[in-house]
Amino acid sequence: METIITVENGNTLAALQDFLKQLLEHGIVDALITPLRTPSGTVTPALVTNTDLLNAADPLAPVLPGNCATLAGKLSAREPRARIGAVMRSCEIRALVGLVKMQQASLDSITLIAVDCAGTYHVPVFQRMAQKGDALWQELYKNAVGQPGQPDEALRAACKICEQPVYENAAIKIKCLGSNLDSEIHLQLPDELAAQLGLSQSAENGRQTIVENLVAARTAARDSAFAEIRTRLEGEEGIEGVFAACIRCHNCMTVCPICYCKVCVFKSPVFDHEPMQFVEWAKQKGALRLPSDTTLFHLTRLNHMGLSCVGCGMCTEACPAELPVGMVFRAIGQRLQATFEYAPGRNKEEQLPLITFKADEWTEVGE
Amino acid sequence: MTDTTFEPRIIAFLCNWCTYTGADLAGTSRLQYPPNVRIIRLMCSGAVDPIYVLKADLAGADGILIGGCHPGDCHYQEGNYKARRRVVALKEILKNAGFDDSRVWLRWISASEGSRFADTIREMTAAMKELGPNPLKKEWAV
Repeated sequence: METIITVENGNTLAALQDFLKQLLEHGIVDALITPLRTPSGTVTPALVTNTDLLNAADPLAPVLPGNCATLAGKLSAREPRARIGAVMRSCEIRALVGLVKMQQASLDSITLIAVDCAGTYHVPVFQRMAQKGDALWQELYKNAVGQPGQPDEALRAACKICEQPVYENAAIKIKCLGSNLDSEIHLQLPDELAAQLGLSQSAENGRQTIVENLVAARTAARDSAFAEIRTRLEGEEGIEGVFAACIRCHNCMTVCPICYCKVCVFKSPVFDHEPMQFVEWAKQKGALRLPSDTTLFHLTRLNHMGLSCVGCGMCTEACPAELPVGMVFRAIGQRLQATFEYAPGRNKEEQLPLITFKADEWTEVGE
Repeated sequence: MTDTTFEPRIIAFLCNWCTYTGADLAGTSRLQYPPNVRIIRLMCSGAVDPIYVLKADLAGADGILIGGCHPGDCHYQEGNYKARRRVVALKEILKNAGFDDSRVWLRWISASEGSRFADTIREMTAAMKELGPNPLKKEWAV
């Protein structure tokens, strides 16, 4: 049901916090995962059970310290589990759906609360900007609505090309795009829940057109970014050139919500080579790049999780060499996902392409 | 660019039940085929993680052959079908990352097809000679 919560005195966050409190007070959920403002002013995801602490909830803060899908997975993968309300952005939900398919999470006990996203900043950028005291999200949502083709240049690269800023398949949707956030917040929630919270039906807002315009602008930005990285990948430079500064710190893998293996092959004894092995390799090529196997690492990761990449860009955030990891994975991932007609995160019923097959497909590949 | 002195090195990942046994049959039948192939036996083509193929390619192998049972004949029912999907994905990634995916072959060869195995190695050796040495053989920075 479409409904509205009223914003008083222009205090959007208070209205949102009040709504979240009601979910706990009415026993709809036992706990909420939501971004929480710490006393030092940073924003971090937290699991909240005390309604008073929701006064610090800041689901609109334009920062994504980590993709919360991993955390939601830890809270839901095994029984017994509590009923969790998860306030998440589209990329986090899509990653969570991916984890469900890999038995690393369950949506059985999770109520998804999808927040329309206008984009996020790199954590240090956000912290510097937030120190000035502005509510950064206000400007972002206004821009996303009014000038969708001119995103804030300071946004994360992944956000500037994100063509899935909203997640439609969630139980509760906080429809920031299309709401005049100074006076009201449009929500969509199940009828019985609305009745329980005493919320009445309201007219739909103009969100759909706004989202369409935003998606169109972001898609255009995405396509030109893809063209740029593809020129590098397919040209003289190649993937080894793009990743030339990689030190194989595995940060990209650690923060990736899709990479869930408890022991990654790259951290396993498979790569504990004998000292003389390195020398043999060096002899073969005249020199051996160190640390070794960086190209192998990225290509293997593309094979293992490229089909499930949701483009959250956490990998790019975590890279100490500022390599365009996420852009490479999205650009190659797009081709890969198109090959298998697969959209990661669309719904949990869609099977992972590599665990299923048809008997009469790609007969030209295996002869 | 056909280098007459160039002898390609092919790494073959063969499934225990069909292609490896087919290779065995080629040997016991005294069939002649080029000595350019190095065989690694696995239990199933479905057990070939792309990392092994990639490692061989990046280290400079000129060709990589994955051999499995014919569709419908997999000892584990569906391993070869899954292998096929993995190879499709691997080739797509190689192409998009700026590598030549025509060095990676997937072939179905049964335990009774010794001559088909010998033919495949002949065919692949000729094709890789035509293609020339894997440029990654000399690239230290990959």
